[in-house]
Amino acid sequence: MKKIEAIIQPFKLEDVKEALNAIGLRGMTISEVKGFGRQKGHKEIYRGAEYTVDFVPKQKIEIIVPDSSVPAATEAIQRAAHTGKIGDGKIFVLNVESAIRIRTEEEGDNAL
Amino acid sequence: MNKTHAPKRCWLLLVFLTPIAANAAATVEDRLARLEAAAGPATATNSGDNAWVLASAALVLMMTAPGLILFYGGLVRRKNVLGTMMQSMILMAVVSALWMVYGYSMAFGEGNPFFGNPTQYFMLKGVGAAPNAAYAPTVPQESFMLFQMMFAIITPALVSGAIAERMRFKAYVLFMVLWVTLIYFPLCHMVWGKGGFFNWSLGGRVPVLDFAGGMVVHVSSGASALVCAVVLGKRIGFPSEPMPPHNVVLSLIGVGLLWVGWFGFNAGSAVNAGALASSAFAATHFSATGAALGWGITEWLLKGKPSVLGVASGMVAGLATITPASGFVSVPAAFVIGLTGGVVCYAAVTKLKGAFRYDDSLDVFGVHGVGSALGLLMLGLFASAEINPAIGNTFAAGGKVVSLAGSFSQLGNQALGLAFTVGLAVVGTFIILKVVGAVTGLRVTPEDEASGLDLAEHGERAYND
Repeated sequence: MKKIEAIIQPFKLEDVKEALNAIGLRGMTISEVKGFGRQKGHKEIYRGAEYTVDFVPKQKIEIIVPDSSVPAATEAIQRAAHTGKIGDGKIFVLNVESAIRIRTEEEGDNAL
Repeated sequence: MNKTHAPKRCWLLLVFLTPIAANAAATVEDRLARLEAAAGPATATNSGDNAWVLASAALVLMMTAPGLILFYGGLVRRKNVLGTMMQSMILMAVVSALWMVYGYSMAFGEGNPFFGNPTQYFMLKGVGAAPNAAYAPTVPQESFMLFQMMFAIITPALVSGAIAERMRFKAYVLFMVLWVTLIYFPLCHMVWGKGGFFNWSLGGRVPVLDFAGGMVVHVSSGASALVCAVVLGKRIGFPSEPMPPHNVVLSLIGVGLLWVGWFGFNAGSAVNAGALASSAFAATHFSATGAALGWGITEWLLKGKPSVLGVASGMVAGLATITPASGFVSVPAAFVIGLTGGVVCYAAVTKLKGAFRYDDSLDVFGVHGVGSALGLLMLGLFASAEINPAIGNTFAAGGKVVSLAGSFSQLGNQALGLAFTVGLAVVGTFIILKVVGAVTGLRVTPEDEASGLDLAEHGERAYND
């Protein structure tokens, strides 16, 4: 069982969701986040006072998948979120100890 | 109210008409002369004038709430929205109460050249239906009193922009009570009160032209604002930490309301609904136009983008700049005054503030103080006796009547008034702040400043989801 965390451009969220749905992965958790990597922030000016805004808005997607689905999932995200410009984001894969479905008490891959 | 007054009006009509009816055979000229005589002295109430003055009073109150409240509220961070709005809103209550008790009397009562007798109109006694011939001969004095009260409310409210996000509410209220009592009411008397030191039309010594409060409202509040910003000190984190406006949309709505309200402020200052009101209305509009262009284009050239807040700030600057001059200058002169105001205020807000590093949080000094000071001085050169014939032949100096139309000598008078106002505002505000500081302390604690005035001072939040 792995957790895939992807930080992507906000406008790519729909594309990524559809790409994951297309390979049979339904269900994800998303959040609006801010951060920066190699992409530079931007400048805002209010009444002549300049502010450099380093943190740029991004979308974070979290999905938990069986080990066997990891290559297909990361490839789907990578393809859907790609523009080729700085700021496209990153994908992280993490180990997950266990999972429990609260309603049915199912465990492991069955809970996903 | 209407029902009880109606019979009285019928009686008046009968009194007027009876002599005319009795002389039906007289010539037209004769009848006209009798009609004019029957219309009585110049202090008869004119319902058209009264309608405009009452509407203007309401427009000026609208400038404070919701105009200034939204303008300032949008410019602060979201944790201080309510506290900032409260600072303007509470003055509607506090200053109105003072105005009723002694404020109107100190401003417009007869007294010495510097303040009016606070007992003459104590609790507004004698301020009713009868016009005050010196101030507004065609409207009830009560209307004039209401109109002027709205100015007394917005002037200290403007100052609040300089102390935004860090002043204790208790200290703020005490400061404002003292400020309007010791600075605003006297200054109002000096410029507009009968026998006031700077009143050009009612027996003053130095004739300063200030149609709607450039000196009384904007220079006094702007100069005081600067002192407040310096004495209170910078907000924690200023200027290294970004403090962008939390909602520019609110501010833009506020600016729109300010512009519309300003027609009441300036054109209402004619205190009649005649041609002078139209002239002041036009000057107001075209100055705001010029300043919006002046600020917007300057920023576009220097920073690469014409910001929305910049154009809106230019509008306010243009309105403040033309306030003393409206009613005295032509439309093209007003446009030029506004255009200059837009450029100069942009420089004041960006360069001056940057150079001296004071935290005039919402730019009260840079926009209102600098703008209106400029307007007062430019008025000394642009004042036109064609636009306002009264200034050509009203002021007597050394036994002969002199013209106050644009000239270097009038520029000198304007500069004198400006210097006096700045002096009074700076010294007065400094002393008041020291007194208030000793009594209550001026600033909230650093913890409260970090959590925000809304929660710390008022126990509320502006946005709860």
